[in-house]
Amino acid sequence: MTALHPRGPKPSRLTAGQVGLYAFLILSALFFLLPLYTMLVTSLKTMEEIRQGRIFALPDTIDFTAWKTAWSGACMGTQCLGVRIGFWNSVKITVPAVAISVFIGAINGYALSFWRPRGSNLLFGLLMAGGLIPYQIFLYPLVRLLANLSLYNSVAGVVLVHVIFGLPLVTLLFRNYFVTIPEELCKAARVDGAGFWRIFLQIMLPMSVPMIVVASIFQFTGIWNDFLIGLVFAGRDNLPMTVQLNNIVNTTMGERAYNVNMAATILTAVVPLAIYFFSGRWFLRGVAAGAVKG
Amino acid sequence: MQTKRRRPLAATFALLPTWIAAIVVYIGTMVWSVRLSFTDSTIFPSSNYVGFAQYAKLFRTSRWLASLENVLIFGVLYVAGCLALGFVLAAALDRKVRFESLFRTIFLYPYAMSFVVTGLIWQWMLNPTFGIQATVRALGWQSFVFDWIVNRDMAIYTVVFAGVWQGAGLVMVIALSGMRGIGEEQWKAAQIDGIPIWRIYTSIILPQLGPALAASGMLLSMGVIKTYDLIVAQTGGGPGYSTEVPAKFIMDNLFERQNLGLASAGATVLVLSVVMAVAPFRYALHMRARRRGAH
Amino acid sequence: MQPAVSVKDLKIAYGDHTVIDKMSIDIAPREFLVLLGPSGCGKSTLLNSIAGLQDISDGEIWISDKNVTWAEPKDRGIGMVFQSYALYPRMSVRKNLSFGLRVAGLPKAEIEARIARTASLLHLDKLLDRRPSELSGGQRQRVAIGRALVREVNVFLFDEPLSNLDAKLRNELRVEIKKLHQSLGNTMIYVTHDQVEALTLADRIAIMKDGVIQQLASPSEIYHRPANLFVAGFIGAPAMNFIKGEIVLKGDVPVFESNGLAIDLAGYPFLGAAKAGPTTLGIRPEHIASNGADVGWPTIPGIVSVVEPMGADTVLWFDWAGQSLSYRIMGDAILEPGTAITPGLDIAKASLFGADGTRL
Repeated sequence: MTALHPRGPKPSRLTAGQVGLYAFLILSALFFLLPLYTMLVTSLKTMEEIRQGRIFALPDTIDFTAWKTAWSGACMGTQCLGVRIGFWNSVKITVPAVAISVFIGAINGYALSFWRPRGSNLLFGLLMAGGLIPYQIFLYPLVRLLANLSLYNSVAGVVLVHVIFGLPLVTLLFRNYFVTIPEELCKAARVDGAGFWRIFLQIMLPMSVPMIVVASIFQFTGIWNDFLIGLVFAGRDNLPMTVQLNNIVNTTMGERAYNVNMAATILTAVVPLAIYFFSGRWFLRGVAAGAVKG
Repeated sequence: MQTKRRRPLAATFALLPTWIAAIVVYIGTMVWSVRLSFTDSTIFPSSNYVGFAQYAKLFRTSRWLASLENVLIFGVLYVAGCLALGFVLAAALDRKVRFESLFRTIFLYPYAMSFVVTGLIWQWMLNPTFGIQATVRALGWQSFVFDWIVNRDMAIYTVVFAGVWQGAGLVMVIALSGMRGIGEEQWKAAQIDGIPIWRIYTSIILPQLGPALAASGMLLSMGVIKTYDLIVAQTGGGPGYSTEVPAKFIMDNLFERQNLGLASAGATVLVLSVVMAVAPFRYALHMRARRRGAH
Repeated sequence: MQPAVSVKDLKIAYGDHTVIDKMSIDIAPREFLVLLGPSGCGKSTLLNSIAGLQDISDGEIWISDKNVTWAEPKDRGIGMVFQSYALYPRMSVRKNLSFGLRVAGLPKAEIEARIARTASLLHLDKLLDRRPSELSGGQRQRVAIGRALVREVNVFLFDEPLSNLDAKLRNELRVEIKKLHQSLGNTMIYVTHDQVEALTLADRIAIMKDGVIQQLASPSEIYHRPANLFVAGFIGAPAMNFIKGEIVLKGDVPVFESNGLAIDLAGYPFLGAAKAGPTTLGIRPEHIASNGADVGWPTIPGIVSVVEPMGADTVLWFDWAGQSLSYRIMGDAILEPGTAITPGLDIAKASLFGADGTRL
């Protein structure tokens, strides 16, 4: 047989390298998906199935009772009202906290990049430094402070704490965003006679919708997933879902209802996950905007 | 109009809430806590100053010392693991594979989950009686042992797994965007030189991602020091003190054991360690900026 | 003698869109070939195909008597210099130069020797330990050229290497590249959109448009006998003057007629037989002279519109029949706009193009 005469496009063969690459990617994907899968599968099994110990097997029958229990009947301590309560608490906490925090962040970013009043650099530095510091050092005095303001153990208190601790991130995001908008725009508006607030509300805020979306997604995820602040400041009646979840799973005596636990875990994770899946692109943009700072 | 000395008041007022938050909370409460650390407060704050007694007691407490050791082990492995896995995943996705956005979604979704959720899932999967150990044994390998989570020596590594699972995606996204920023002509030049692809990533791409990866590393390190939720959910600090971390030690002493002075001392030490970790970075950045300005 | 580089029936297509179709070109050993053309003409695509960086749809590439159509770039015996230098930013100059050699596993002594030779040739000796960010544009480009040179191959490819440099540096490096070619004698294929670089550097120029080579010839040939309207208009600054008209045969004598102008074409070197029909007359500004009538050249009446003193010479623009034509005179002009003139045309040096644009 005559040797192949090279002409035209090179015949593409599946190289060992390509096989290895896809193998690696698929294995990694399995590693990442495994916990999610396990959670799901466990929540759909009955306790007898679970006791058999084949954690990765598909359920014999798909049984949603664990989910119902988790939602409205799971117990923490003596209360058996399910994570439904925690869900609504989380909503009551997260929605206002995100709205207020993003709004203030936008104002801060706007003021710091276009107006730069006295002390701006100092304020920004303080915020950035403060954002690095672990919360524990603020906690006890903050508890006392909120107690004095009658905000301790209340939803409003939790929201306030979230807004305060969210300031560094949202300020950074919006400042970085507004820096890319030319100063001339603000100057032209001032020549036209507009003041600080009018420029913000009628020009800058509408222009910053992409960043509002990114910041909201980030803050929502962060606040919904928060544990520490909810634990300390919310009080027994207003516990967010994450705290409830941990109480249900980790502080039950006797045999654990693993399927209920897993169902409760999924229910807690479902909201941020849904946001992530539907807005992946914004999520990525947020990571790039916030994380890669200089 | 020349340089305006009087800036518009509206801007200053707009920033007032943030100023209040910064001064009252970020500075004020911190100062108060540090002050507490020098007193003998237990349940309630006291005004008895005892100098560094709380700190001395702190460093004689085996639980605290264990927590320091744990957070160091966890921190190093977690950051290294996230950086390494994240970089490799990014390099793999950079190769123009099919289904790239699907893979990206899969690698990043853990980041959207709470640490509590992460801790609970991994606690469940690593459960010796019902989890991976049981499954492998059921497959026939009777003597398979994977009870790390209840093993004093190995439990900390289970937390590392969970952490890397959650955090590698973040590094991947940062590394990938860095890779996409590297000009196409460097790739062409490397092809002409005959550099094998893996070598291109390690010798040419990786050095150029240095700043981005360092920033990620710092971000991750900040997360390490704050680690609390993950430990509480996954292991509760156990078995024993084998997965105890400083943040948890402080929290427990603040609210449960009601040892305000001790807890505040611990918190102060934590803050100092953050400052010490960040200061060299900031100094290096500052010096580099000054050198560039001088050019 | 076998060509150093040979492209046979090259075709490059993306889906329905064909960039290059059935192109063949042979490049002789030690030749300096320039691929010249406007953006999008396919010159970089052709170069990248020769380098192996571009997938091809059909055809063959031969380098130094070897069929390299399916070979990797590193196995084709080529070195390449890019427009953006493409230096590895985190490596010193020395490391940039030696990286490929180290990967290929060359012995240390050999690597050192090659670096020394290349560094002295390109005056890089003092820069070997610097990083690219510490070098000027011209120095970086020299390092880029050095990286190709250390490979000690037969064929060098240049992809618009001077386009990122300012005018002064461009002139300096252009001369250096020419000197390099004279001293090394390697085959060089050079892509550019700058006709000055093409004219000064090339042994032959391939002018390309829309993926097709319009003319492949020496600079002189291209300048004085352009093969078609496109080539004629692309080369030369200020551009060639074009006058549309037609050839009419008066008995045996072809005459060019346009707007009252009647020019006897007896002195024109036709490629084939003269034919009647729509024709474009092209004549370069330096082939029009104010005293042309004294030596028997046909004249054209015009009114001076703009005078452009260029220093060494002057370009005069004049209006005729609604068109703006130009010619050059040495030194300064003494003519004012509005003056009536009758410059003469050197028909022997002119070009005639038929209705389809090709040279007659």
